[in-house]
Amino acid sequence: MSAAATTLAHEVPPQAGPRAFLHRLRQGDQIAHLLTLTFAAVILLLTSMLVYELWINSHLSRTQFGWAFFWTKVWDPNFDNFGAAPFIYGTLVTSAVALLLAVPLGLASAIFLSELAPRKVSDSISFLIDLLAAVPSVIYGLLGIFIVVPLMRTTLGPLLINTVGNVPYIGVLFRGPNYGVGFLTAGIVLAIMVVPFIISVSREVLLTVPREQREAAMALGATRWESTWQVVVPWARTGIMGSVFLALARALGETMAVTMVIGNAAAIKASLLAPGDTIASTIANQFTEATGDLYLSSLIELGLVLFLITFILNGLARILIVATERGGGRPA
Amino acid sequence: MEIAATKDKIVSGAPQSALSVKAFRDPVPMEKTTSPTIEHKLRLTISNLNFYYGAKQAVFALSLKIPTNRVTALIGPSGCGKSTFLRTLNRMNETIRNTRVEGEVLLDGQDIHSLDVVGLRRRVGMVFQRPNPFPKSIYDNVAYGLRINGYKGRLDDLVEHSLRRAALWDEVKDYLKKSAFALSGGQQQRLCIARALAVDPEVLLLDEPCSALDPVTTAKIEELMFQLKDSCTMAIVTHNMQQAARASDFTAFMLDGHLIEHSETSKLFTTPTDPRTEAYITGRFG
Repeated sequence: MSAAATTLAHEVPPQAGPRAFLHRLRQGDQIAHLLTLTFAAVILLLTSMLVYELWINSHLSRTQFGWAFFWTKVWDPNFDNFGAAPFIYGTLVTSAVALLLAVPLGLASAIFLSELAPRKVSDSISFLIDLLAAVPSVIYGLLGIFIVVPLMRTTLGPLLINTVGNVPYIGVLFRGPNYGVGFLTAGIVLAIMVVPFIISVSREVLLTVPREQREAAMALGATRWESTWQVVVPWARTGIMGSVFLALARALGETMAVTMVIGNAAAIKASLLAPGDTIASTIANQFTEATGDLYLSSLIELGLVLFLITFILNGLARILIVATERGGGRPA
Repeated sequence: MEIAATKDKIVSGAPQSALSVKAFRDPVPMEKTTSPTIEHKLRLTISNLNFYYGAKQAVFALSLKIPTNRVTALIGPSGCGKSTFLRTLNRMNETIRNTRVEGEVLLDGQDIHSLDVVGLRRRVGMVFQRPNPFPKSIYDNVAYGLRINGYKGRLDDLVEHSLRRAALWDEVKDYLKKSAFALSGGQQQRLCIARALAVDPEVLLLDEPCSALDPVTTAKIEELMFQLKDSCTMAIVTHNMQQAARASDFTAFMLDGHLIEHSETSKLFTTPTDPRTEAYITGRFG
């Protein structure tokens, strides 16, 4: 009896203890709440400041060109005439090419790694892929200059011109002079850069698909491939789409590697083999040499345009995800 | 004393419907067990089955006869190998790496290991422990098995027929295009049964189909099993001895990977021959 009392006495904190402890806990909750709220607010603040700065500093360009900035195809610093159309075009085209190449490749690799490869192989390859995702973009630019550009100039370019170039309609994408640098080269380098993101995220998502889903399909007489493609992949589609949008975001904003291989020409050409430029690449290239106020202001407006494009595409992505969830969505 | 009380509870707990099947009982007393005899048509005959996860053996020299259009229950404590055994019957364990099976499983006289696995699984359907509908609409869930098996007829009719067989049609007929995840747990499980029934399997394996469900829903599933007996052979793994007593015609008791006793359900629960069976059904372990 007395022994029990002693033990109890040991466990109970000093006289005012329990109340003080509870009090402290409650305060802790408030502090944590305030702290996390502040940090969350900082993100909002940063974003609005970013937009605000871009908006204020592009004032000159905005008043000079108005909405025409979006569709003016000329970018001429000598005559102070600036339009964003070539760069918007270049940004969208290179990103589209990158995704077109990277999504099938990335998804197929992710399926292989999560569904077919032995776990040990899958884990070690995934480690390497995560490493690839962390390689600085200038390195990918060098890879582009030393490998992809020569390959385009000597082999791939001529091959495309002589084969697909003769096909009606899509042939127009592969005609004209082939310099080795251009939209397609930039798209290929971008694809190489974003594929690790797609593989890494998609594999993780595919691995979280419940085993019962796969077995349910197999128990109905589905082959391994049918259960993978018709059940496992659809289950993971939200996550896979997330990986694709992550890749898109990187492709849209990628600067260094693109600048090194795209040819830096402010021109809209139908041919993917022609040199062009993207928004991010143009800003990086020309910022230091922007002499006039209007020139600088136009570059800043380009930044605003890129922000807008990213914003719109992300919004569309959200809508797409919500739309595909309907009529067969799994619980969140 | 205590044992007798439990027996009474089990027997009185059995619904009328389950009892009526007992008319079918073999009047001649058997030597040790009254496992299905010559007069029962056998759907599955398992002889000397061994199963290994890597070096660890999970099922030992198991022989069991599963009669056509009857419900056979597999009971036993957790980890005794009943689910593993059930999953050998449609070769589902082959999807797990590093497993091995020995022995013979005859489905209508043919060894399942010599059959095409995809065709086998169409004939031997399965319902899992947790409801696992696909992330598709209710309709597409039921139609899935038909589509992959290249069914050419009118899908609508068969989907309706399967949902009716699973006693779900009236509840979902206006929501066929809705996501299967909009359904409650019990409805999802019946949807999974409808999905399995759509390809018209000869055998339905049920791996603790009610363990995630409430008692009312469980009763519905049991009722459903009773109705399906005209057209389907069922094997059910269950933790719930009352469920085995209520819903099955034959019961097999497993312990540590061995089949201990197999007989008619009424007999196994009232006069078990093996002391271990008696210990288990009276709740002394497990």
